[in-house]
Amino acid sequence: MLELQQVSKLFGGISACHDVSFIVQPRQIAGLIGPNGAGKTTIFNLITGVYAPSGGTIRFQGRDIAGMRPDRIVDAGIARTFQNIRLFPKLSVLTNVCIAVDNKVRYGLYAALLRLPAVTVQEKKTRERAMEYLAVVGLDGQADLRAENLPYGLQRKLEIARALALEPRLLLLDEPAAGMNPEESIELAALIRSIYEKFELTILLIEHHMDVVMELCQNIVVLNFGKKLAEGTPEAIQTNPEVLRAYLGEGYKRARN
Amino acid sequence: MFIQTLITGLAIGGIYALMAVGYSLVFSVLNFSNFAYGSIIMLGAYIGYYSLTQLGLPVPLAVLGSILGAAFLAYLNEKLAYSTLRKRNASSLFFMISAMGTAIFLENLVYATIGSRFYAFPEVLTRDNITIFGTSMGMLDVFAIVFSFIAIYALHYFLQNTKLGIAIRAASYDAQVSQLNGVNINKLVSLVFVLAGALAGISGVFLGMKYMVYPTMGWITNKAYIAAVIGGLGSLPGAVAGGLILGVLETFVSAYVSSVIRDVFSFSLLIVLLLILPAGLFGKYLEEKV
Amino acid sequence: MYEYISGIITFSLIFVIATVGLAVFTGFTGLFSLGHAAFIAIGAYTSGILTYFYNLNFWLALIAGGIVAGAAAIVIGYPTLKAKLRSDYFAIATLGFGEAVRVLLENLDITQGARGLPGIALETTLPTVLAITVMTVCAAWNFINSRYGRAAVAVREDFTAAEMMGIDLFAVRMRSLVFSAVTAGIAGGLFAHYVSFIQPAMFTAALSTQLTAGVVAGGMGSISGPALAAIIFVAVPELLRVASMWRLVAYGFLLVVIMVYRPQGLFGYQELSGTFFRNYWQKIKTGYGTKP
Repeated sequence: MLELQQVSKLFGGISACHDVSFIVQPRQIAGLIGPNGAGKTTIFNLITGVYAPSGGTIRFQGRDIAGMRPDRIVDAGIARTFQNIRLFPKLSVLTNVCIAVDNKVRYGLYAALLRLPAVTVQEKKTRERAMEYLAVVGLDGQADLRAENLPYGLQRKLEIARALALEPRLLLLDEPAAGMNPEESIELAALIRSIYEKFELTILLIEHHMDVVMELCQNIVVLNFGKKLAEGTPEAIQTNPEVLRAYLGEGYKRARN
Repeated sequence: MFIQTLITGLAIGGIYALMAVGYSLVFSVLNFSNFAYGSIIMLGAYIGYYSLTQLGLPVPLAVLGSILGAAFLAYLNEKLAYSTLRKRNASSLFFMISAMGTAIFLENLVYATIGSRFYAFPEVLTRDNITIFGTSMGMLDVFAIVFSFIAIYALHYFLQNTKLGIAIRAASYDAQVSQLNGVNINKLVSLVFVLAGALAGISGVFLGMKYMVYPTMGWITNKAYIAAVIGGLGSLPGAVAGGLILGVLETFVSAYVSSVIRDVFSFSLLIVLLLILPAGLFGKYLEEKV
Repeated sequence: MYEYISGIITFSLIFVIATVGLAVFTGFTGLFSLGHAAFIAIGAYTSGILTYFYNLNFWLALIAGGIVAGAAAIVIGYPTLKAKLRSDYFAIATLGFGEAVRVLLENLDITQGARGLPGIALETTLPTVLAITVMTVCAAWNFINSRYGRAAVAVREDFTAAEMMGIDLFAVRMRSLVFSAVTAGIAGGLFAHYVSFIQPAMFTAALSTQLTAGVVAGGMGSISGPALAAIIFVAVPELLRVASMWRLVAYGFLLVVIMVYRPQGLFGYQELSGTFFRNYWQKIKTGYGTKP
């Protein structure tokens, strides 16, 4: 599904990630973990075309997407959410999702200028489709609120609804449970599992809440200082000494001895 | 003919560079295009003109008067039109509109009160020519080149070697971080405007001597903006290089092709450059901060 | 008296057309054009030349003016909008564009240089202008309330997030620019066939400023606000017979004051409607500035 081969990114001589390779299989939920500053979000930005990689290839469904324009990558079937929520704060909850739905309906500019009957019909459909996605994350009751007025946890859910509306094959979630308490993050994990089933998605997620990662992911890639440190099943990662050292520092070794 | 054109081009380029540096300095710290800069230059020129003709001051004092006057006006400009926006953390579009408003206001205020007449500077330098290596060149041109470079070098020295200068450079990288490090951003911004204003005063006097003094003379700064884009927005070396390149090329176009298409040429140069080198020669501020 | 009043109305409406066009661009993409007068000039000259020298039908000439202005917008928009540059680059390029167009108009043979084109047929009547105004406002309204308008707003609010929604930044900005240039071109054609005499000096930066001032004062992200502001900006000074330079002094001052005290303008991010007045009335009743 998604294949990164020796992907590197330099920012003015500073290496944000170096020779990272991993594969996400179709219909997998894969996790990308690592300490802060390990280059996880950089990987997302490279996959979604925010940056072009300095080296390496990124293949999605067999196609090289490295350095493609972000909107083309969305068209190819990848959608994402952001670590620091990036909704359109001044627009309504519904409009936020409509903007994503718009990507799939393509009435022409002239039809729009004249507002032909077909446009009115399509606009109605757009709103209905947007409401359906809001219902998936349980936000259909708050459709007319301004996005900035939603509580933090619901803003994260709105971002997920907005990403789903792009009808992706691969969904990238950047710390969806950030700032949530254990109870909320378990609930979120259930939501992620349900959309995974319902929309037949492949998911790659960055997360610090280990319970969420261990609960959802079938395969985990660990990054440290921009390099891949380890890869494997949740069980293997949990007992991998390299990973433990990266997370807990050198003290871990002494404690074990 | 070639050498003479080159000298004239460098002189004009020097003035462009001076203006472009003033504009870029503000840009690098506040991250917006200060379109009011042209009207500060225009007011500097008027101050110089009146100091010479009405007050009968000697040339150095008149130049000093322009520098101080323009610096003060630039300071006021920031306090009245930008400081509130800065505190509100407004987007650069709002700064730009406020700057444009200031420019329109000042320009037309001068137009409405002093009038649209063109005033010629008293001929303090223009009459003399000097001859070097068999090429005769205008004293004013030579003076403009030398003086522009002294001013730019002084600014460069200040930014590289003094504590305040280094603080300004730090702020141009990240104003918020600088503030955390105990730099008083308000004072720093005022200082930046005073410095830019001082450069505006010098440019104003030279423009007045070279051309004339009139309300819309600030529009010559359009060339400085174009020069700054050629050099790369926000880069001071870029502003100098862009100014010189534009000044020299323009002068050659007027001398060898036609003076009419000079402005069209500058604009076309800008468009072509944006196509091949979007960030300019030394560009660093390519994309908007979000 | 009727002539005088209908003259002011016609003139105001020509301005409304150009201002609404610019509102779709500046108000909905957040980019700032400093050379919009050039598009008006291109429309005025194209249509004026076509009817004057080639006896073309007025309506066809008007459309041609809009098309040529739109084409010019593509030429200027391509290099400045393609490379995801800061909005400053665009503003400076339009500044240069405005000057370059004026210099060209002053020096081409077909435009008769600085002397201008006198004797253009008087074709623009109040009903004509009124009809085109209604069409422009409707088109603008339809545009911003379509997926194209939503995409523009998304780009204005957060262009990185917008790109992640599959929006092509360049296409969105270009579309709005071309829309505003075409309306400016049509307004220029109407202007030329209303005053019957055009010269390059009419299309200076002052005109661009007046348009921008209209959009800013009316409120960014609004169509009705700028339309109303355009009427006020033409009609009030005309009725009070204010000299044009004092008018500009006031515009400049107004721009700064609005940015400092009320950056959203009169009707920022909302439209004139029943709800607007109800909310406004509520605000007055419950005490100004207190939030619900």
